[in-house]
Amino acid sequence: MNERYDAVAETIRIEGTRILATLIRTVGNVQLAEDAVQEAALAALGAWPVTGVPPEPRAWLTVTARRKAIDIIRREQSRGAKERDGADLIELTKREVETEAVVQDDLLRLIFTCCHPSLSPPTRVALALRTLCGLSPAQIAGVLLTTEVATTKRLVRARQKIAAARIPYRVPAEAELPERLPAVCAVIHSLYTAGHAPAEGEAAYDVDLCAEAIRLAELLHSLLPDQPTPTAVLALLLLTEARRPARVDDSGEVVTLDLQDRSLWDQDLIDRGVALLNDSLERSERQADAYQLQAAIAAEHARVPSYTATDWREIVRLYDLLVEVSPSPAAELARVVAIAETGDVDTALKLLDEIPPSSRKHAVRAELLARTSRYAEAVAELDQALAGAPLDHPERAHRERRRALFDAKATMNA
Amino acid sequence: MAQYLALTYTADVDWWAPEQAEELAEYRRFGVEFAEQVKASAVLHPTSTATVVRVEGARGGPVVTTDGPYAETKEALTGYYLIEAEDLEEAVRVAAEIPAAWGGAVEVRPVIVAK
Repeated sequence: MNERYDAVAETIRIEGTRILATLIRTVGNVQLAEDAVQEAALAALGAWPVTGVPPEPRAWLTVTARRKAIDIIRREQSRGAKERDGADLIELTKREVETEAVVQDDLLRLIFTCCHPSLSPPTRVALALRTLCGLSPAQIAGVLLTTEVATTKRLVRARQKIAAARIPYRVPAEAELPERLPAVCAVIHSLYTAGHAPAEGEAAYDVDLCAEAIRLAELLHSLLPDQPTPTAVLALLLLTEARRPARVDDSGEVVTLDLQDRSLWDQDLIDRGVALLNDSLERSERQADAYQLQAAIAAEHARVPSYTATDWREIVRLYDLLVEVSPSPAAELARVVAIAETGDVDTALKLLDEIPPSSRKHAVRAELLARTSRYAEAVAELDQALAGAPLDHPERAHRERRRALFDAKATMNA
Repeated sequence: MAQYLALTYTADVDWWAPEQAEELAEYRRFGVEFAEQVKASAVLHPTSTATVVRVEGARGGPVVTTDGPYAETKEALTGYYLIEAEDLEEAVRVAAEIPAAWGGAVEVRPVIVAK
């Protein structure tokens, strides 16, 4: 029963997000659309565990949500609220259920619409991820490297500004697209990141989010094939996706890059990713951007047959550029790991001290200490890494195994 | 329709000084061109003429005045336009025509309208 309920809730979450995009377009009002979808989701949550999921859940939700929207408009009109006029009603009653293709197109258009220049860039991204992609504030905080509280505050302020300043929810004209492109690319990349390394839940992957992000990236690239940034985003997503079959083992645990079975990597995706990356680099005259550099790093790993064959000097060079173009603790940590892999563990340990603390930093430090046979210290670092991450962290089992190994070595050395 | 207050921030100049005449004329041209949307406007004397008023404690308490503007900024508040517009995008289009937008900056703030 519980499992069944979870499956129903999951269907509602996924389908709800998709129909929201369509409904926003139909009613032209984010709040109204959100309220209606929420009411429809509640109705489904009440009915489906008993009746079973209908054959076309999206159509069911769309029809119900539209009906709920009409109810909401009528309720407000009877209260004398004039904010939503009768034109909404006419539009709502005549619309047919949307097909899959239109919904996807709607979603990308709405992401452009959401990325309004009157909102700050991080707010545009957070708002689109929350409203259009259905991510929770905790998930958004995870990918934007901020806190859940800050994200929630940002979203509340954004909604207040949209309402008070009347930021119109209007699909931008073609000439307005380039200005909004950086935020749209960030939304798609963040969506993939949220699916690739979920902050909550046990799964190391949220396949739906990743697939959705790739579909959007494909769509954006085909919409603006001459633009280097969306091309680089698609390249990066495909090169990352190519490793997916090797990144998780049969028991669902994360396999680190050094232990991945590279024969499982999807060569077709790699080939396409590399071709797109080259195309993107050719089209940009400026310094390489963060997406291009991350894609280049992924491509460099994909180029060699094994972890030991990796050209770490080239990887370090790319991370040097990445840290310069787009500094972040995650990029700096990865750079430190690459420096250690060139053999310079001492420099890596020194650089690590300058990076703000995180559970990942402790885990990296533990590995570096173990390389110089400082096992007892490595165990202490892993204890901190384990204490600083949630119980369902995807790398918990891996870190526990490493801790046991280092602990045994420390005892042997003593 | 919504209303927006467009606050102009520019160099802290005396708009009546002869050397400002040309620029002031540009503002007038804006006012004429957008007469339909501009519901009210004012040009302010320089911040050196400002007085900040505070009442200590509660209403009726001692009135304390200080010389100078409330906030010292590089660009000073030098005037405002009350703009009527359909939405923020229209307000921004109008604000972008105020000469302060290229000589300094224009802050557009939605006005609370009593329901």
